[in-house]
Amino acid sequence: MQTVVAREVHQVISPIAHPRSQDARIELDGVTKRFLTPSGDVFTALEDVNLVAEPGQFCAVVGPTGCGKSTTLTLVSGLDRPSAGTVRVGGAVVDEIPSGIGFVFQTDALMPWKSVLANVALGPVFRGVRKKQAQAEAREWLRRVGLAGFEDRHPHQLSGGMRKRVALAAALINAPSILLMDEPFGALDVQTKAIMSNELLGLWEQTKPTVLFITHDLEEAIALADRVVVMTAGPGTIKAVYDIDLPRPRGAVQEIRFEPRFLELYQQIWESLRDEVERAYARTAGGPR
Amino acid sequence: MSTVALTETAIADAARRRRRTRRAVVWFARALTLLVILGGWELFADEKIIDPFFYGQPSGIFDQLKLWVEHGTAYGSIWLQIWVTLKEAILGFAYGVAGGIVFGVALGQVRFLADVLGPYIKIINALPRIVLGSIFFVAFGLGTTSKVLLASVLVFFVVFFNAFQGVREVDRNLVANARVLGASRWQVVRNVVIPSALVWIIASLHVAFGFSIIGAIVGEFLGAQKGLGLVIATSQNNFNPDGVFGAMVIIGVVALTAEAFIAQLERRLLAWRPPSPSETGLA
Repeated sequence: MQTVVAREVHQVISPIAHPRSQDARIELDGVTKRFLTPSGDVFTALEDVNLVAEPGQFCAVVGPTGCGKSTTLTLVSGLDRPSAGTVRVGGAVVDEIPSGIGFVFQTDALMPWKSVLANVALGPVFRGVRKKQAQAEAREWLRRVGLAGFEDRHPHQLSGGMRKRVALAAALINAPSILLMDEPFGALDVQTKAIMSNELLGLWEQTKPTVLFITHDLEEAIALADRVVVMTAGPGTIKAVYDIDLPRPRGAVQEIRFEPRFLELYQQIWESLRDEVERAYARTAGGPR
Repeated sequence: MSTVALTETAIADAARRRRRTRRAVVWFARALTLLVILGGWELFADEKIIDPFFYGQPSGIFDQLKLWVEHGTAYGSIWLQIWVTLKEAILGFAYGVAGGIVFGVALGQVRFLADVLGPYIKIINALPRIVLGSIFFVAFGLGTTSKVLLASVLVFFVVFFNAFQGVREVDRNLVANARVLGASRWQVVRNVVIPSALVWIIASLHVAFGFSIIGAIVGEFLGAQKGLGLVIATSQNNFNPDGVFGAMVIIGVVALTAEAFIAQLERRLLAWRPPSPSETGLA
């Protein structure tokens, strides 16, 4: 309990912008994950995955559906353990949920019975911050994601894009040094997605957490990330890693798509991704393996 | 602009008027249904098509209720009988609900406990638990204890199964999210599991209160010194169907009042839910 209180005090003085150090490095070393299916078969989701995300790096993982992208995130977050290999966060092997992690889920993970304010305040409340202080922090974060005035609403009263903002604020309020995002904007319409991507970049540039961003949208990956990792169709392995040398700050993600360098990178990575997408599609369509 | 506003109010007025008319028609039809049933009963009893000796008569039931209110029953005033039964039912309800929630959440959370105790709970649930009333009567006698116990056993299983199911249905995503945000196991239970199981638990309360009244009445039936169950048993022994129906009317009124309270509680606790059109139908 003592240590929690100490951390909280630190939190109050500086709610954002911790200097990022080695504690934000993500390292997967020979990671394999197997599941037992209900029928008793063994299903290999990840096979010998080696992946490094440097502190403060925005790392996007692309791959066809069902290639184990999401599994990677649950392993890094400590919600699940690898069957073989090690996952390290900040040099320490992950054997429980590490502190300093934020997770934005694919579907809404907001408590429908709590107000927007209470949802965002959950992180500090769980860490033992007093309710009033937690709510003040939450109010500030809602303002930052452009939802001032919506504190007393319930999630079902908000649009999909607004709910995503709440989820972002709820994850970022803990000032995570690592932000895990599992196709966070997958369910949004194209325009909302573009707006949310810009806002995410704006927020990320303020505190520079290490981001592991899962998506199946290559354009989104290139527009946002410093590094794009291509995964093979299941069992997931790392096929190729591309460093994105587009300058930062990127500006509007809608416009960067027309830059010649963007198109060049897109073509290059798509070459690699296409085979995997086709293989995954042939499999789900019942075609030859 | 003004013509648009005008037509809008006109449309709104028309819709409101239609709704009011419909409500009036529904209430009229309801009153008519009651009148037909009670009137038919009264009439057929007068004509001896239905034998009032066995099946009573609305006017007889009314006279019986009046007699109870004015002169009391053989065991004291009618209000005392209602109070005794209500007290037993409420106590049984409270114990049963508390036990059901605690065990339901515990077994829903701890897989091992559920696997070990699951079959036994199923067996006990399959037994006709009302028979336990006899055991409680022998063990605890004529007082309130045996009735409260019977009522709480009946209530327990209803609430338990719903709480258990509710805990099992909790969104895994919400639990994962809370854990990543730093929640301890207890914080997860308090902030995620119980609130989301509450929808299931509250749904069971409607049925559970009915069961608590059944428990109290049957318990009194088996042996008591006071209470509506005893009033019914006495009426039965005196070949007085009006007395049985009269007590039934009283229980019905009590149960409906309790139901209204539970509905109120439900609205308060589940205020966060988006309004669903189905809820307005039977309100």
